[in-house]
Amino acid sequence: MSVVELRAAVALLGRFPALSGVDLTIHAGETVLLRGPNGAGKTTLLHLCAGLLRPESGSVQVLDHDLTDGAGRRSVRRRVALLGHTTGLYEDLTVGENLRFWARAAGLSTVDADRRLDDARKRLEVSDRLVDQPVHTLSAGQRRRTSLAALLARRPDLWLLDEPHAGLDQSGRDLVDGLIGDAVAAGGTVVVSSHELDRVAALSPRMVTLAGGAVVDGSGVDVPPPVTEPSIGQEDS
Amino acid sequence: MTVEPTIAASTRDNTGSRGSRLLGAATIVGLGVLGVLAFVLTDADVRIHPTTGEEFGQFDAVRLLYVHVPLAVMTYVAFGLCAVASLGVLIRRTPWWDVTAHAAAEVGTVFCGLVLVTGSIWGRPVWNTWWEWGDVRLMTTLVLFLMFAGYLALRRTTGDPRSVSRRAAVVALVAVLDIPLVNRSVEWWENRTLHQQSTLNDLKIEDLTLFTLMLGFLMMGMVLAWLLLHRFRVGWLERAALDHAVAAAIAERRAETPDAEVRRSVGETEDRS
Amino acid sequence: MSALRVVLRDIRLVAARDLRIEARARVVVDQVLPFAVLVLVLFGFALDADHRTLRTFAPGLFWVAVLLSALLAVQRSATLDAADGTGDALRMSGLPPVARYLGRAAAVLVQLLVLEAVLVGGLVVLYGVSVEDWLLLGVAGLVAGVAVAAAGTLYGALALGLGARDTLLPVLVLPVLAPVLIGATRAFDDALGSAAVDGWAWTGLLAIAALVLTVVGASAHGALVED
Repeated sequence: MSVVELRAAVALLGRFPALSGVDLTIHAGETVLLRGPNGAGKTTLLHLCAGLLRPESGSVQVLDHDLTDGAGRRSVRRRVALLGHTTGLYEDLTVGENLRFWARAAGLSTVDADRRLDDARKRLEVSDRLVDQPVHTLSAGQRRRTSLAALLARRPDLWLLDEPHAGLDQSGRDLVDGLIGDAVAAGGTVVVSSHELDRVAALSPRMVTLAGGAVVDGSGVDVPPPVTEPSIGQEDS
Repeated sequence: MTVEPTIAASTRDNTGSRGSRLLGAATIVGLGVLGVLAFVLTDADVRIHPTTGEEFGQFDAVRLLYVHVPLAVMTYVAFGLCAVASLGVLIRRTPWWDVTAHAAAEVGTVFCGLVLVTGSIWGRPVWNTWWEWGDVRLMTTLVLFLMFAGYLALRRTTGDPRSVSRRAAVVALVAVLDIPLVNRSVEWWENRTLHQQSTLNDLKIEDLTLFTLMLGFLMMGMVLAWLLLHRFRVGWLERAALDHAVAAAIAERRAETPDAEVRRSVGETEDRS
Repeated sequence: MSALRVVLRDIRLVAARDLRIEARARVVVDQVLPFAVLVLVLFGFALDADHRTLRTFAPGLFWVAVLLSALLAVQRSATLDAADGTGDALRMSGLPPVARYLGRAAAVLVQLLVLEAVLVGGLVVLYGVSVEDWLLLGVAGLVAGVAVAAAGTLYGALALGLGARDTLLPVLVLPVLAPVLIGATRAFDDALGSAAVDGWAWTGLLAIAALVLTVVGASAHGALVED
């Protein structure tokens, strides 16, 4: 079952064709590493799969939603977690207030939200000490972990991580790797865009190379889905 | 796989066509006739007061009404068209609705400005003032003008074109919905309206006066149609040019030879790992 | 939970968020409120400060001060989701645009009402105004506030989404609020006893304006922030 299915997908940023025709297939339970030079369109591809961008042409199917349709984009967003270059947090509010807001915004009841947030905070080592601190007093690493905790509480079916290790210290990076591993073990699908290949390689991802707004290697289009458990990710393309 | 532009390329260098030239010629002739009728052949509004025997009335100023009133009606037609087209933009989202909305708004704003100017020139001798705050129609037209001036300012901002056209559509619709509120509030504000002191109702509208007025409506309608046609075509060509620029950019991006860059980036990371 | 209760819950969530941010950052209290009072003071200078003149024109000057300050407050509110990717995060969250609009407008309304209250105090102290009908004043102020908050929030989202177009907001929203200015000034004329007009009739008109603007805002907001 394919989680992401793109055919000749074109996406514009204003007038600039960030994606000039992407073919890509990602199956459930895969870990995908997206790599390529700067300006290749990696960030745009992640935004497209998250349902934040309208495709100019081509077909875009994510989690069985048709993203060329506005309703499809709106539906897919709730099921996807996107970690971008920004924190997605309100600087003036505390960590706790942010986490609670985003959990409730995702539709969780107070009880569910609190329970999931407790788990998420433990998992990402967002200590109790941090909970009452305004986000603007936190370091970049602490903010990243808070953002991830907020995303974790939503229990997404698809993770889209744009350079998740950037700016983190060793323990922070270990946490991110652990998070990715957990997500995959739980049957989720993870797409990571990163330059830190040595870190991500340990997770045995499938490599997809993007350049000039198109996939030049590893599109997985003609490859049959893996028949074994999702934790095995290596593909020959 | 190529991305086809939504609007076909055109090799024309102007927006004229046989139909539009015919319309234009007829309009010029008609305007000439209107001018003769309005400013020469019809009589000025001169009435004798029953008791004092003095002359009163709008005198020559009434001639402007043959143009001012039709302009006002055509302004509402243009803005009405803009509102309908704006609905089309939000619901249907094809370029046709968007170009129509923009063209109608622009031409409508020009007409609206002319209504204010001719109204002001008319008002000077008749009301003895260039501007009358208490007049309902004048105030409503002014607010309408300001709203669509804002619409045009919005249209000129740079930014994602689809985003701009959607926002402009919202502005146009809110403006049109707000106008009744503006009208009612100004009406209550001043219980009297100078427009009622000297209106068409007072004038003897018969025979030649009536004919001239009807011709005025026809002519202003033709001017509106002619301007809309050309403005629409200009907008359409702009749209086509934009589509082509985008299609060319897509092709260019595809043609970027990825091999050297990919080798470089893959090579880099392989060195690191 | 019925659909209505869910929407109300979401509205409360969004409004609480905006108000909490304001409670922390205090931008409206520190910057917009003093600006509003400053406008009243400037009018005093410009009109050759004489209590009689000021009392006559107080309602008009009050509402012009409110409108200008509302522009700042709305702009501030619209930029809350311009930084740090919270705008995209909101789209990802699945919060319905209607709730986002009404919640934000409610927060702006609360801030506007505080502004109005302070300015009424300013009128009494600086212009020597005395209030004859407190009820009319309160109701008219509330209803006009709703209209301004509704229109402001819609146009704030509209102008903001194009990227730092703060200069566009006043040009778009002020003509639309012309009937509110006219109506609110006349209502206050009656409440302050400076003119013999039917303030309650005007307040009724303001209520219609507020309703229309809120409904239109809620409907159109989705088209602006969603895709």
